[in-house]
Amino acid sequence: MERDPTVCVIGEDVGHYGGSYKVTKGLATKFGDLRVLDTPIAENSFTGMGIGAAMTGLRPVIEGMNMGFLLLAFNQISNNCGMLHYTSGGQFTIPVVIRGPGGVGRQLGAEHSQRLESYFQSIPGLQLVACSTPYNAKGLMKAAIRSENPVVLFEHVLLYNLKEKIPDEEYVLCLEEAEMVRPGDQITILTYSRMRYHVMQAAKTLVNKGYDPEVIDIRSLKPFDLYTIGNSIKKTHRVLIVEECMRTGGIGASLRSAIIDNFWDYLDAEIMCLSSQDVPTPYAGTLEEWTVVQPAQIVSAVEQLCKKT
Amino acid sequence: MPSLSKICSSFCFLSLLPRSRSRAPNPQAMAALRRFSSPAILPLRRFAASCPFSATAGDDQAVMTVETSVPFTGHRIDTPSRSVETTPKELLSFFREMSLMRRMEIAADSLYKAKLIRGFCHLYDGQEAVAVGMEAAITKKDAIITAYRDHCIFLGRGGKLIEAFSELMGRRAGCSKGKGGSMHFYRREAEFYGGHGIVGAQIPLGCGIALGQKYSKEETVTFTMYGDGAANQGQLFEALNMSALWDLPVILVCENNHYGMGTAEWRAAKSPAYYKRGDYVPGLKVDGMDALAVKQACKFAKEHVLKNGPMILEMDTYRYHGHSMSDPGSSYRTRDEISGIRQERDPIERIRKLILSHEISTANELKDIEKEVRKEVDAAIAQAKECPMPDSSELFANIYVKGLGVKDQAP
Repeated sequence: MERDPTVCVIGEDVGHYGGSYKVTKGLATKFGDLRVLDTPIAENSFTGMGIGAAMTGLRPVIEGMNMGFLLLAFNQISNNCGMLHYTSGGQFTIPVVIRGPGGVGRQLGAEHSQRLESYFQSIPGLQLVACSTPYNAKGLMKAAIRSENPVVLFEHVLLYNLKEKIPDEEYVLCLEEAEMVRPGDQITILTYSRMRYHVMQAAKTLVNKGYDPEVIDIRSLKPFDLYTIGNSIKKTHRVLIVEECMRTGGIGASLRSAIIDNFWDYLDAEIMCLSSQDVPTPYAGTLEEWTVVQPAQIVSAVEQLCKKT
Repeated sequence: MPSLSKICSSFCFLSLLPRSRSRAPNPQAMAALRRFSSPAILPLRRFAASCPFSATAGDDQAVMTVETSVPFTGHRIDTPSRSVETTPKELLSFFREMSLMRRMEIAADSLYKAKLIRGFCHLYDGQEAVAVGMEAAITKKDAIITAYRDHCIFLGRGGKLIEAFSELMGRRAGCSKGKGGSMHFYRREAEFYGGHGIVGAQIPLGCGIALGQKYSKEETVTFTMYGDGAANQGQLFEALNMSALWDLPVILVCENNHYGMGTAEWRAAKSPAYYKRGDYVPGLKVDGMDALAVKQACKFAKEHVLKNGPMILEMDTYRYHGHSMSDPGSSYRTRDEISGIRQERDPIERIRKLILSHEISTANELKDIEKEVRKEVDAAIAQAKECPMPDSSELFANIYVKGLGVKDQAP
């Protein structure tokens, strides 16, 4: 926001309140009420307004207080955000960033535990990115703001409290690149957002048991970084996808198809995909645990896949 | 002097209609509609005789004053004067532009029936005065955004006939390279933001454009157009609330042609007084078939919103065609109603009568303009027909800027 006066923030309680997860804390004091716009509760229209402002050259960062609330803005995100560049024959660009916390939290209930990446992935013209660490959150956010394309940045409710030492110098990450978390030789585990941590927990157990998993945080949900993913599959010949969105129509389903289309000949076993159950997230703690993928399931999946020759 | 109260009551004409179950209102009420809402040609001639003006044949920049057909009705605002300043040059340009728009839409009708235009095609004939009057009041730095009845607004913003017809026929010379179609005309260099298919979704976009204008501080405004059907969309009220909260320079223009597709306004809105629906936001009701009234209202609105935040303009207008080419337009209204309005309130005829009564031009000269316009339209169509379809590479162009993500989508 310092570097570019056209960057602004639009969302509920982003200004004076500092953001419901403190992401925009201090910005309103520094940049004023017009650049850090506190909106009424009107997701459909303030998303539309952000898109309209982007058409004039501003670069709004639109926040959904919870990603799930952006379902109210689906029409604006799909038709106007994703498609205007195309239907205007390239005349208008929509350099917005739509961001917010999503994913399953701690007993927040069904409506506040949604994963919208599966709903948005078919929209042409949108880029979908999921951050997972303080380092990649900063780098991806900067890249998303600088991109001329509309980017949906998926943050996760449970990851806001992570602490990490990050470089003082400015850095910008590539939106379409996946992140190599742990190189390995035996099996490719593809994951993103919070599930990265479950995978790494499982990886510890697996390494102790003598396995050598390669863990890749795909980060770019649309388009997939098939270059990094492909190189890994060519090396390991086994793929496990671990995701938090629903089994039906999720990111994993699309990723599986993309891998089959492109890397079929390199596979020695079927692609396994561990996803959340196709249920509304229940409130009770034990039930909630069973909806998402847990490290123990990841360990047994790897063991199962590695048994195949 | 005709009874002003009678003319004022023309704005309540639809509330006179019986709320019966039958789709076509009774003929007596429709006759009342035509009578009360007519521009009352007689008083116009009386004014022409009594108003001092100094237009002579060669003096086309001389300012003249014309009264609008009816006075404006305001909501929480003092209305502008009915006396509009204009020049013979402006009146002639109104005539020409509206004739061009009318001809374009009628030609589009034939092209659609010849299956050269496919899909949806929403025609604007009857409503030309809104497009033309608005342009006369503003600059190309002010922004306009509208819904799918956008062909004439595109022309008004400087769009070319060849771009319009090519786009309608899906050719590569179209304003959106053939990829948008009838509902997606845009012209960035003239601040025309389209061209939108989903009813009402353009309203928050328009308020966002005004937000961008407020940032730039260039004293420009946005006219966000929508219809009586869209006037009941929640996002309108959400966006209006935010615009009023932040004093955005946006004018919401309701082109009330009295029918949301097949549903008459009194069947869709508890309160069809759309200029009042903004509640705390001021509004003005305007005779949308009178280009001079439209011009006056838009000029007034622009000055107002730059100082005071948003306002609503309701243009009382009418479309001769049905909602789109697949709607004959006669199942929910009578042919008498349509021909009545055409006879009494047609925007082009009004300007023609003004021009003739002020002796700015002769009837034959005006006919010549119409012939010229027709030739222009025919030439543009012929040219557009020759234009090739878009190249197959266009399928994947402009999805992303710089072609991102195309590589794993393309076959």
